[in-house]
Amino acid sequence: MIAWTIYITFAGAVIVLLLPQRFSRWIALFATIAGFAIGLAMFFRPDVDLSHFATVVRVPWIPALGMNYHLALDGISLTLVLVTALAAISAVLFSWDINERAKEFFFWLLLVVGGSYGVFLSADLFLLFLFYELVIVPKYFLIAIFGSTNKEYGAMKLTLYSFFGGALVFLGVIAAYVAGGSFDLNQLANFQFSPELQAWAFPVLFLGFAVLAGIWPLHTWAPTGHVAAPTAGSMLLAGIVMKLGAYAALRVAMNLFPQGFQMWRTPVAVLAVIGIVYAAAVALRQRDLKFVIGYSSVSHMGFVLLGLATANVFGVSGAVLQMFSHGVIGALLFAVAGRMIYRRTHTRDLDTLASMNLRRALPFAAFTFVVASAASMGIPGFSGFAAEITILIGAWKTYPVAVWIVGAGMVLVAAFTLRALKRSFFDVDPKTENTAPPQMEPITIPEKLGACLLMFATLVVGLYPRMLLDRIQPAVDAMRFLK
Amino acid sequence: MVGLISVLIIIPVAGAIVLYVGHAKNPRVISLIFNALSAFYALMLWQKFDPSAPGLQLIERHAWIPSIGAEYIVGIDGLSLLLVLLTSLVFPFAFCAERLERGACALMLVMQAALYGTFTAQNFILWFLFYEMSLVPAFLLIKIYGGDNRDYAAVKFFLYTFLGSVAMLLAFLGIYFAKGTFDFATLAELGKSGLIAGNFRWFVFGGIFLGLAVKIPLFPFHTWLPDAYQTAPTGVSMVLTGTLSKMGVYGFIRLLVPLFPNEVKIAGPWILTLVVCSIVFAPLAAWAQRDLKRMVAYLSINHLGYCLLGLFAITTTSTSALIDKHAALSGVFLQIFNHGVTAAALFYFVGLLEQRRGLCGINDFGGLMQRTPLLCGWMSVAMFSSLGLPGLNGFIGEFLIFKGSFATATGFTAIAVIGLLFTAVTFMRAMQSLFSGPLSESCAGFSDLLLKEKLVIVPITLLMFAIGLNPQFIFNTFNATVAQMARLFS
Repeated sequence: MIAWTIYITFAGAVIVLLLPQRFSRWIALFATIAGFAIGLAMFFRPDVDLSHFATVVRVPWIPALGMNYHLALDGISLTLVLVTALAAISAVLFSWDINERAKEFFFWLLLVVGGSYGVFLSADLFLLFLFYELVIVPKYFLIAIFGSTNKEYGAMKLTLYSFFGGALVFLGVIAAYVAGGSFDLNQLANFQFSPELQAWAFPVLFLGFAVLAGIWPLHTWAPTGHVAAPTAGSMLLAGIVMKLGAYAALRVAMNLFPQGFQMWRTPVAVLAVIGIVYAAAVALRQRDLKFVIGYSSVSHMGFVLLGLATANVFGVSGAVLQMFSHGVIGALLFAVAGRMIYRRTHTRDLDTLASMNLRRALPFAAFTFVVASAASMGIPGFSGFAAEITILIGAWKTYPVAVWIVGAGMVLVAAFTLRALKRSFFDVDPKTENTAPPQMEPITIPEKLGACLLMFATLVVGLYPRMLLDRIQPAVDAMRFLK
Repeated sequence: MVGLISVLIIIPVAGAIVLYVGHAKNPRVISLIFNALSAFYALMLWQKFDPSAPGLQLIERHAWIPSIGAEYIVGIDGLSLLLVLLTSLVFPFAFCAERLERGACALMLVMQAALYGTFTAQNFILWFLFYEMSLVPAFLLIKIYGGDNRDYAAVKFFLYTFLGSVAMLLAFLGIYFAKGTFDFATLAELGKSGLIAGNFRWFVFGGIFLGLAVKIPLFPFHTWLPDAYQTAPTGVSMVLTGTLSKMGVYGFIRLLVPLFPNEVKIAGPWILTLVVCSIVFAPLAAWAQRDLKRMVAYLSINHLGYCLLGLFAITTTSTSALIDKHAALSGVFLQIFNHGVTAAALFYFVGLLEQRRGLCGINDFGGLMQRTPLLCGWMSVAMFSSLGLPGLNGFIGEFLIFKGSFATATGFTAIAVIGLLFTAVTFMRAMQSLFSGPLSESCAGFSDLLLKEKLVIVPITLLMFAIGLNPQFIFNTFNATVAQMARLFS
């Protein structure tokens, strides 16, 4: 049943193209909600086994080469399917008033979403790679056609980084296939690869995937890409695309090459810690609101990589939870910055925003941004806290030093978030303080719906993280690099 | 009794004669009619062909000049059939691309006949006859119907390929004097124990290698290619890259490797070095081009490099497993077909742009996405197919080649992967400057795809997707041949 998330989304993309433009947004909304509903149904059905990567569909595809159309599901995949659907629904809602070339817009958007479902559910290495590469194209067009600031540069940079990562992954995939003689991820996960192969194949594969996860120092595509993208594009980039890299690094690189992982996990942890602190420090100095959020994404994804590098149940489960959490929070932050603020003020410059008295002009936006900032800073009660604390517990066991450094880094996160929050909404400019707030178009209903959906998600998971962790942990336990 | 294959070779010649004698008003329609006829016969050939049987099929054999061992012998196996089908596909595609004059149409048809002959002949004299027969029309097409700089390009093309041919002919005379036969099958049998003793064999090997390497072309024998492709009319460029370059790859698979298995093992690493240079440097050169046709031409060198990478990776070492050989050869065959289709499609699109604008420099266009979204969309598909995006045809072939060559030539393969990246960069840059940005004034009056253009593009694009998503139907035609060759090469 979960396979229908892919089919419905792709079918939606085709239907969008066929029907007149006025139906596009409704079709996109329907397709994304259907995906979420299916994900939720699988989430709450008691008879679904989420503790290991259980096959859902398996059809021979190119039998001569052992390629199958093979989908499977476990708790990790399902968590990511859910966050994909959440980000997708809200991205559609925040693009509700797109009128120019709406058909194309929603077509590309649904392709990104469908391809991402495909990556999260693939149990065949070849199929996974296929979906992974397929996401690159619509992403490029979303940014290059519909983006804003410096869009050509941003789209190109993003695509080149993706292809660079893809080339590394390609090499790793071939190495795994040649040595293991199969594309089946479950079979490969039980195959004993030689230590020599693992020693070089792991870093190649991991790095290839981690490019998309925004690993330092290959993260520079992320801020420029996020800034250039249209709002929905940034939401999808932060909410989904960065997760593709992290997920695949876990599912493929770490799970297939456990010994290689053991050899390389300390460098990975070092890069992750540098990424967390460095990106937070850079964000502190940005003047463009979207750049601040773009760098905060890199910082948050650093937590994911740190969690993966700990190689224990806590760290890895926390990493998966952080993928969910950042997907929701990142999407929310970009929605506020790109849609609620930028579309109405036509500026993202923090100094300009400071004089606009926005908290009185756009109270709902201010409220949303406060919630999103709190979640992003890791205030208890929001999903960010639950995820980061789990990661740090895991990290304490393996890299206690990292916890100290990251702890200091989290202060920086709080600092840049509060700075952005204050400058954009709560700065008091003596000149305009007592004048009436500028007249702006009020926040629309779809925008409110989308924001509420994401705020609700981060709160629910923050207050009751066990709901997700209970399904993630058994699936993580089943991975062999822990044994 | 004249067999199917001979009929296939004769049809285009007949078409050329009709065109020449008949003073037809609309030579393109007549050419297309004859192409439909050839396509029909090619399909019949496919239908008669038994894909499960290895070896040559539908053989026709007639005595020709017995005193020198020349025989008229034609036959097909999976590889020949694939190339015959490709030729039957690319030629009508090329005729649709551009309205050629009567003489040009006739020359194209002669070239088509020569290609059919080259891909089916099984005796060196006959093969060489067809091989040379394709050279003259190609030369004339560039020389008479080309654009600027055509004299230089045509002469360069002719000199390069002719020198290659002479070297090959001399090499084969050497073989003939040593072994007394021109028959491919017999020579391949003798090749296992060494055709020629002593250092003289290296001259022979080198002669054949040179002739074929120029044709493909392989770095550093490639410099004729950008000039020729740039100046030739679009339809001719499509045929040159789509089918003519395949004669070189075909020769490597059919002649060089079977006839000199031991020499290939010794020279293999050197050849692979050249191949990797082709793969890595060609897209870099393409990146630096300002002219779209030259860009596509350089990328052709890169794509055909993958074919040779697969072929020489598995023949250089005797240790490679049968399954790797099988994968690499399947990949090489598929890549031959894919490149034919995709490169022809790219030239077709460049031709469409050129027809609208009159120029085809990369900076002559801008912001086309706003004016001609359909053209941009379909052209992007061809570009993505060429850069090997999964889901499209290019990917499967390249994947198989890398898979097969990885086990035996890990280092070379790892370097070759860089070529993929450079190709991607080149295409992305091209797409960016053509499609996005502000609409340039000179493009404001462009028309989007016309119906007749859609009729050509849609089937070709569907074919790309079909191969990319379900390549099994192509594999089925050459599986037995691949299995046989994989055994032969070990």
